[in-house]
Amino acid sequence: MFKATIGNQRYSFDNLAILLAKASPHRSGDVLAGVAADSAQERVAAQIALADLPLRHFLNEAVVPYESDEITRLIVDRHDPAAFAPIAHLTVGEWRDWLLSDATTTETLSQIQPGITPEMAAAASKLCRVQDLIAIAAKCCVVTRFRTTIGLPGRLSVRLQPNHPTDDPAGVAASIADGLLLGAGDAVIGINPASDSPDRTHQLLCLLEEIRVKLDLPTQSCVLSHVTTTLDLIRRGSPVDLVFQSIGGTEATNRSFGISLDLLAEAHAAAQSLGRGTIGNNLMYFETGQGSALSANAHHGVDQQTLEARAYAVARHFQPLLVNTVVGFIGPEYLFDGKQIIRAGLEDHFCGKLLGLPMGCDVCYTNHAEADQDDMDVLLTLLANAGVNFVMGVPGADDVMLGYQSTSFHDVLAVRELLGLRPAPEFDDWLLKQGLLNQDGKVRLSELPSPVRKLMLPQ
Amino acid sequence: MSSHSHDQTVPSAEPRDRLERDAFWERLRHVTPARIGLATTGASLATTPLLDFRIAHARARDAVTAPFDSAAFQAVLASSGQDVLGVSSMASDRREYLLRPDLGRQLAKADHLALAERARPCDLAIVLADGLSPAAVTRHGPPLLEKILPQLTAEGWRLSPLIVVERGRVGIGDAIATALGARAVLVMVGERPGLSVQESVGLYITWAPTGTTTDADRNCISNIWQFGLSYDAAAFRLHGLLKQMFVRRLSGVMLKDDAITDASGRSIDAVEGDDIGFDLQSR
Repeated sequence: MFKATIGNQRYSFDNLAILLAKASPHRSGDVLAGVAADSAQERVAAQIALADLPLRHFLNEAVVPYESDEITRLIVDRHDPAAFAPIAHLTVGEWRDWLLSDATTTETLSQIQPGITPEMAAAASKLCRVQDLIAIAAKCCVVTRFRTTIGLPGRLSVRLQPNHPTDDPAGVAASIADGLLLGAGDAVIGINPASDSPDRTHQLLCLLEEIRVKLDLPTQSCVLSHVTTTLDLIRRGSPVDLVFQSIGGTEATNRSFGISLDLLAEAHAAAQSLGRGTIGNNLMYFETGQGSALSANAHHGVDQQTLEARAYAVARHFQPLLVNTVVGFIGPEYLFDGKQIIRAGLEDHFCGKLLGLPMGCDVCYTNHAEADQDDMDVLLTLLANAGVNFVMGVPGADDVMLGYQSTSFHDVLAVRELLGLRPAPEFDDWLLKQGLLNQDGKVRLSELPSPVRKLMLPQ
Repeated sequence: MSSHSHDQTVPSAEPRDRLERDAFWERLRHVTPARIGLATTGASLATTPLLDFRIAHARARDAVTAPFDSAAFQAVLASSGQDVLGVSSMASDRREYLLRPDLGRQLAKADHLALAERARPCDLAIVLADGLSPAAVTRHGPPLLEKILPQLTAEGWRLSPLIVVERGRVGIGDAIATALGARAVLVMVGERPGLSVQESVGLYITWAPTGTTTDADRNCISNIWQFGLSYDAAAFRLHGLLKQMFVRRLSGVMLKDDAITDASGRSIDAVEGDDIGFDLQSR
């Protein structure tokens, strides 16, 4: 039982899950789940009680039962007491102060990372304002490698997302050309296939491989099919760089996705055995998003932001190349408007970075949410300041297959120039070699690079 | 000036380069509806493509909030000789439908009885729901059913009446199939409007649906509209999946459509036909 008093009003919260949920900033998904605070004052009361809670408490009370949930077991069994020691004496409120203090540096943060549980990170985020979420995350540095180096300070990478309504190879290739000529694709060229057919997935993987080889592109490719499809294709000899999977923060959510930790481990090992990375072997690509557990009816009464952070425990276990919170994709029943989407994107980035993950964000919204491109500009600009590893590049911000809006190649280019951020170093060199950089180092197309012209118009 | 001429602002670009680039994008725009080769200024979008985007978003917003005339839609379906029944979800209006997907997956109380009256053992319950684009299911429902139903009927499948759902989500098909006593369910639903397409439908099939069915238990064929997946290709793929589903008695991630070939032995890729200039013979 946790308690707080505001004026004459006493508030109590029966357990940690309830306390975390009531302390969450307002969002439609928690209202839908019936776990949100009943009033603005109850929310602050929960935040006051949470601020007084010792971090040690999180090691003794699970929000989802240890016995019935393999993600709780992963979190508890993998917790590193030595890494936790420097913050073991703090309450959540004191930890927020510690995170913001001058003495806490990039190095300190990476040292305590194995001692932080997702629930601790989620708790701290609930006390933070947006500014804090940015300032703390900006101190974190998570670098991963496959064929490019992603997450270095001063860099902002892009997933080139060349989706096509019918997976038409020429159509996909046309969007890839557009993105490359605008400096996108250094995080990954990743296609969401319209079909889950293994044959079609194989065909798209071969297309990506052909483009990568012919253009001598320093990047990695991915077709975002189900992990079982990818595993089969690895066995069939398809050119698989990265293993993609959507993941959630409870075992039951992952069951609804048709996956388990064992299955992910099997796919991870299979892809590792291919040895396709040239400068590193981080090869898992995970996507997440607040609300997926409730959507799968697997939330255990826990708020959606805490569950999102628990998904990062799954990701952390597999040393991924990329973790992407697809923040506004799920719809208004979870994140109603631009305000909720913006805050959620920054919370996810913050929690992921604290937990040592190479966080990216699909800054996005659907047409049934109360949001528009102005909201995306705000979130993109804030995330770039927070040091986000990568964002999406979609032609004209309009995904013609998935039917939602994200960030465009132009959006990323403008933000890179605004903040002086460069692409991944290997990709930056490639842009220079192709003559795509002007004398100021800006990506400006003056002449089509001949390998691109030859590839796209082969006659 | 064309709204699509790429990068108008590079001062050093020779006219010859610009013509070449315009021709390049002109070629590529034939193979994708994606917004490629947009005019820029500096690193940013030029005004014309900026406003093009705003128009498309405004259309999509309007499509989400448009009303669904279920009675008129039922009349259209009935006019082709089909047995039709209209029902509603538990969501009472469009806003509640958007905020409460759980209600969109539950059948309105009164409709349980209406369905129970029509219950008799059948192989496949057929459900058409407005989803997030009422106009999509209104437009594509009748012609798509014309491609799907005759073959199933000819093969002796026992089909339910066509169930039209107001403010329905995919999961409501489970309750409908249960109430009707169907072995499996097919749900056609209006997909979330995008910028390029405000009217597309998806098909979802589920074997032996119950109250505990999850989305991993379903198979989906999405993006069906005039410039997306064609009616023929969708019906072909659906028929293959349905046959496999009934043979293997399951649906979901364990059911893949890789084994599908038509009578001539061609794969689905050949049926859909790519008349593109991109060499893909690396298999």
